[in-house]
Amino acid sequence: MADDIESIEYVTSLSRPAKGCAGNTGEWRVFKPVKDDSKCNNCLICWIYCPEACISKEGINIDYQYCKGCGMCAEECPTKAIEMIKEDKF
Amino acid sequence: MVTLKSLPEEELFLAGSTACHGCPSSLALRIAFKALGSNVLLIVVASCTSVLQGSYPFSAINVPLLNMAFATGGASASGAVAGYKALKKRGEIEEEPTVLVWAGDGGTYDIGIQSLSGAAERETNFIYFCYNNEMYSNTGTQRSGATPLGAWTTTTPAGKPQHRKDIAQIMIAHGIPYVATVSLAYPLDFFQKMQKAKSIVGTKYIELLAPCPPGWKFPSSKTIEVSRLAVQSGMWLLYEHENGETRFTAATKKIIEGKVRKRPVKEYLDMQGRFKPVLEKPEGKEAEELLERKVTESIKRLKGWVPEYI
Amino acid sequence: MRVLETGNHLVALAARAAGVEVVPAYPITPQTQVIEKIAELIAAGQMDAEYIPVESEHSACAALVAASLTGARAFSATSAHGLAYMHEMVHFAAGIRAPVVMVNVNRALGPGWNIWCDHQDSISQRDTGWLQLYAASHQEVVDSVIQGYRIAEDWSVLLPHMINIDAFVLSHTYMDAEVPEIDEVKDFLPPYKPRWKFDPRLPVTHGSVVYPDDFSETRQSMQIGQENARRVIREVCKEYSELFGRWHGDLVEEYRIDDADIAIVAMGTIASESKVAVDVLREEGVCAGVFRVRYFRPFPIEEIRSLGHRVKSVLVIDRDYSYGMEGALFTELKGALYGYSEIPVRNLIVGLGGRDVSYELIVDMAKKALSGELGEITWGDSRLTSAHRVTLECLEDFKKIFG
Repeated sequence: MADDIESIEYVTSLSRPAKGCAGNTGEWRVFKPVKDDSKCNNCLICWIYCPEACISKEGINIDYQYCKGCGMCAEECPTKAIEMIKEDKF
Repeated sequence: MVTLKSLPEEELFLAGSTACHGCPSSLALRIAFKALGSNVLLIVVASCTSVLQGSYPFSAINVPLLNMAFATGGASASGAVAGYKALKKRGEIEEEPTVLVWAGDGGTYDIGIQSLSGAAERETNFIYFCYNNEMYSNTGTQRSGATPLGAWTTTTPAGKPQHRKDIAQIMIAHGIPYVATVSLAYPLDFFQKMQKAKSIVGTKYIELLAPCPPGWKFPSSKTIEVSRLAVQSGMWLLYEHENGETRFTAATKKIIEGKVRKRPVKEYLDMQGRFKPVLEKPEGKEAEELLERKVTESIKRLKGWVPEYI
Repeated sequence: MRVLETGNHLVALAARAAGVEVVPAYPITPQTQVIEKIAELIAAGQMDAEYIPVESEHSACAALVAASLTGARAFSATSAHGLAYMHEMVHFAAGIRAPVVMVNVNRALGPGWNIWCDHQDSISQRDTGWLQLYAASHQEVVDSVIQGYRIAEDWSVLLPHMINIDAFVLSHTYMDAEVPEIDEVKDFLPPYKPRWKFDPRLPVTHGSVVYPDDFSETRQSMQIGQENARRVIREVCKEYSELFGRWHGDLVEEYRIDDADIAIVAMGTIASESKVAVDVLREEGVCAGVFRVRYFRPFPIEEIRSLGHRVKSVLVIDRDYSYGMEGALFTELKGALYGYSEIPVRNLIVGLGGRDVSYELIVDMAKKALSGELGEITWGDSRLTSAHRVTLECLEDFKKIFG
């Protein structure tokens, strides 16, 4: 559809909040954090330290669509319940 | 008592941003929003955060966000605060939003210091948050006024010959009601300081040491560990300054009180690639000792504000 | 309210009448009395606005933009070096679409330090996206500030509006003028209603990174705003004249142009002086008229193309210079005429750094332009060869001593 230029009142750098504004950033991942539920004590340390808001507070679920695999959760987990596994192993 | 469990679940920083792996600024935004809630106007001046929020037409920030020019943090806040005051007078809004400026060390120590100083002197009611990664990371890691002695940057390839200035102390000298330093390794301390800042009227200055994995040359998984060692070595001191008095907090308090042994600065330096060029040189030992001395000096200076040490 | 006031004080009174809510400003000669008067009105409880005494002009414009984007009506005033110092934010205000009004008291840019009038400061902001008006009288200053908000805030425009007033000629001289009361203006200019706003109920991000895929669109949209402003300016000026009985022209103002052989084209108060020159010329049998460019941006392209068919010759007076080229208005006017008219156009450069421009000089130059004696560009009042003896002697001495 060809836009009528007169009807476009205003185009400026207004943006809308959205998850995945950089796309599926999970594709950036080289190492994948994998949680061992038997070791997890639900201390919430991984949740608070995730710089990408990819770990849920409820249930400690990792959002692999966006998790970039920085490894901070695994590094800080006091019970070593998260292991970073190379993506090509999957 | 604030615990991790008591922190709000809602995420106002949305996943899938353009931030680097292990970015301290995106994590700091998450924690700040948890403390401040959603009635916030975030003003971001030119910095990594201008970029890590995503690009037109989508944004990772789920509160109103105004991106402004590099040098304008304080002035933009003054304009926004006055604007909201006018809207409230006109009956358009009931509660004025918390105005939160988010700036890097370049936008705070260097190009933006005039604007910040002016806003503080005018007693503008806002929170100024400096995420200090001790270099111009957004333009590719050049030296800033916050770069510590000896650190490599692209414009100090042999290590910086001068030590950083202490801008939190400069802000205390403005006589503003609240100044605090925070660390990602102590998220509850961070959260509580943000909440306190929100409750105080006037200019509040909060500064985070923001270890930058690509700029400081350490693995992205180590952002918290580097943050922690910065505090434990005394290279980053946690405190808050209120009503003319300073109070050490978190691990810094324990170190000062002698309850925990301060770790050597060398341990902190060794974790990062940016100090390698200096440490590998014969004068590396000298730089390390000088930094250790700077830590002692900073503690001594700060104690001058702490009632029990005066 | 009929008052006898300086141009600068009239600006302040007009800002109050326009219901301005936030005023960030930094003092600079010759703008100072504008903000002093506003501070005084606020302190006396006679103006309900937030005054922000910022620490620089860069900050003034940043605060101006931020206040406007929260949804408040914001105003500032500056001049010369102040305007140059805020240049980054001048671009920012337009790019982020903040419909503010700012008065610029036209002053020369140093060095050497010169506080007097010329148009170099605002001409140098030509490509920032602001609407630019040049006022020629005290009354026009008042009315332009009020009209400025209607034009800038129009949803089809949404661009900042600069109102240029000549230093000292307008800023510091007293003249009687009619200043409407807020109540009289409020139907013409209701409180600012932004097209969108920063509200947590519908959070948006503004000023984000825009990639090459989308950038041109944001800039073309600014141009559409400028084009729409042509229509809005004509409508607003007409409506204002019907309501308040005052007309200063819209994009342009004409004076005795209809049967003129030569049009004197100028901006600001030189156009007023040119009217005197035209009366003298006509007494001497020379058919001249004045074509005053009120709006430099948006540029009155249609009006100028039509002028190209109405007169035989044009003399453009510039109180500015684009170094390496010619007077800026001269360039613009020729650009508008290109392909539409081949009448001779001449450029007169006068009044830089506040040098007085007399109607006698304009009369003389207009006659020479008509008779074909005038070169393409004439520095009409410059005495380069004889005026600088001390400097020349100084240079000689340097040569003697240092070779």
